[in-house]
Amino acid sequence: MSLYNYLLYFILPVLSLSTVFVFIRFLKGPSIVDRVVSLDLLVNIGLGSIAVYSVLTEQGTFLDIAMVVALIGFLSTVAFSYYLEKRRNND
Amino acid sequence: MIDILIMIFSGIGAIAILLASIGMLRMPDLYLRLSVTTKAATLGVGLILIGAAFYFQNVGVTSRVLAIIFFITVTAPVSAQLIGRAAYLIKTKMWEHTVTDELEGMYDSSNGSLHGIETSDEKDAQIIQD
Repeated sequence: MSLYNYLLYFILPVLSLSTVFVFIRFLKGPSIVDRVVSLDLLVNIGLGSIAVYSVLTEQGTFLDIAMVVALIGFLSTVAFSYYLEKRRNND
Repeated sequence: MIDILIMIFSGIGAIAILLASIGMLRMPDLYLRLSVTTKAATLGVGLILIGAAFYFQNVGVTSRVLAIIFFITVTAPVSAQLIGRAAYLIKTKMWEHTVTDELEGMYDSSNGSLHGIETSDEKDAQIIQD
């Protein structure tokens, strides 16, 4: 089994399956904080998918995009938690 | 030979991410879910990125991978702490079998401030001030 087939037929399906699981939690999530946490995990899974895809297409440049996605995921979580606290104070 | 190394790294990473997502789906409580996803997802993404670094064997790609891993490792606890604090402050329900809540009673809901248990030094200082 070559590395290409292993990545294409094992790693990417496992990542897709975990994306489906997390997205079910994103749809069900009882509170809004559950949705924020699952969105953070979705960003992390996308980061792994970008790394696998850069190996499959032999383009190391995709890792720049992974860096930007990691930055945006962190900032979005921080902004969500900040505004959740602010909303509580205004109610 | 290097292919087998990449297979091992990316396989363990993918399985760690799968376990994190199963924990996300099955855990009963927000705080338990947060505890699962933060550690396992960071480990999984880091291992997959290390596999990519072994595949390219290139200074530019390796430095990018190290920068991403450093960034994830630094920011994951920070974001988990912030979102856990926000969840506690907006009174997200805990699991009914939760044993301890160490912040219980230390949170003043009128003005939204947290305060700790008063130590004996602070009480002495208050007595002196009185």
